[in-house]
Amino acid sequence: MENKKRQLMYAIQMYDFYLYELQLYLDTHPTCPNGLHAFRKYKELREKAAASYAELFGPISPSQSNCESVFEWAKGPWPWEKEAN
Amino acid sequence: MWVYEKRLQYPVNIKNPNPALAKIIVSQIGGPDGELAASQRYLNQRYTAPYAQVQGILTDVGTEELAHIEVVSAIVYQLTKGLTPEQIKEAGLDAYFVDHTLGIYPQSAAGVPFTAAYFQSKGDPITDLTEDMAAEQKARTTYDNILRFADDPDVRDPIKFLRQREIVHFQRFGDSNLTNLSVKIKAYGGFSAF
Repeated sequence: MENKKRQLMYAIQMYDFYLYELQLYLDTHPTCPNGLHAFRKYKELREKAAASYAELFGPISPSQSNCESVFEWAKGPWPWEKEAN
Repeated sequence: MWVYEKRLQYPVNIKNPNPALAKIIVSQIGGPDGELAASQRYLNQRYTAPYAQVQGILTDVGTEELAHIEVVSAIVYQLTKGLTPEQIKEAGLDAYFVDHTLGIYPQSAAGVPFTAAYFQSKGDPITDLTEDMAAEQKARTTYDNILRFADDPDVRDPIKFLRQREIVHFQRFGDSNLTNLSVKIKAYGGFSAF
């Protein structure tokens, strides 16, 4: 995988990991102000990284496909391939 | 409803195939304490969980387990890609190969196919969450056992990530059990009711 693509993917994985941690924590601590603040902050960073990734390298979720001349969603490599990591 | 994202939760990039290792790691897909059992345990239990917060944690951890099936499957897939018949035979993967070629199949390290008998959905929130906490520790032990046999850092790295998640889930289910109790205590008008 080329460098820029890997870098952006790692950023998404990192932000998403933090968000998932917070999500599980907030399920049972739904009014924790620090948790809520951190979730808002990393959600924004994650959205930005995911949007640049989709623009440069193709969709992560089907709704990011622009569907102009080709259905980019079905393009490989899929995540379990070494080349996608 | 679920939406698939085209990425792994944690990257898997294994340079050297190792069928002997794949043979034991497959247990964390379809074995007794594997990720498939984990996902089905939580996603089935959540319907009758009594409080929205507990329904939330079961949905969210169950969803993460689906992503873990994919990470473990990617490990097994990359460990067995491009093998010669000699390598398959030498590593003792021939019994698996004859039934599944190199397709990913949910089974235990001993070759037992996945069964729903590995988990329970009891409809009692204390019982279910206590099972869930035990299940996370059993999965953690299995990852520890895998780490005893895996010396390739490309394999150890994602396995260590998955092992760590078991500990986090154990803690989150512990918090959910406290939520169960505190709501019950409130319903009885405080501690004196016990």
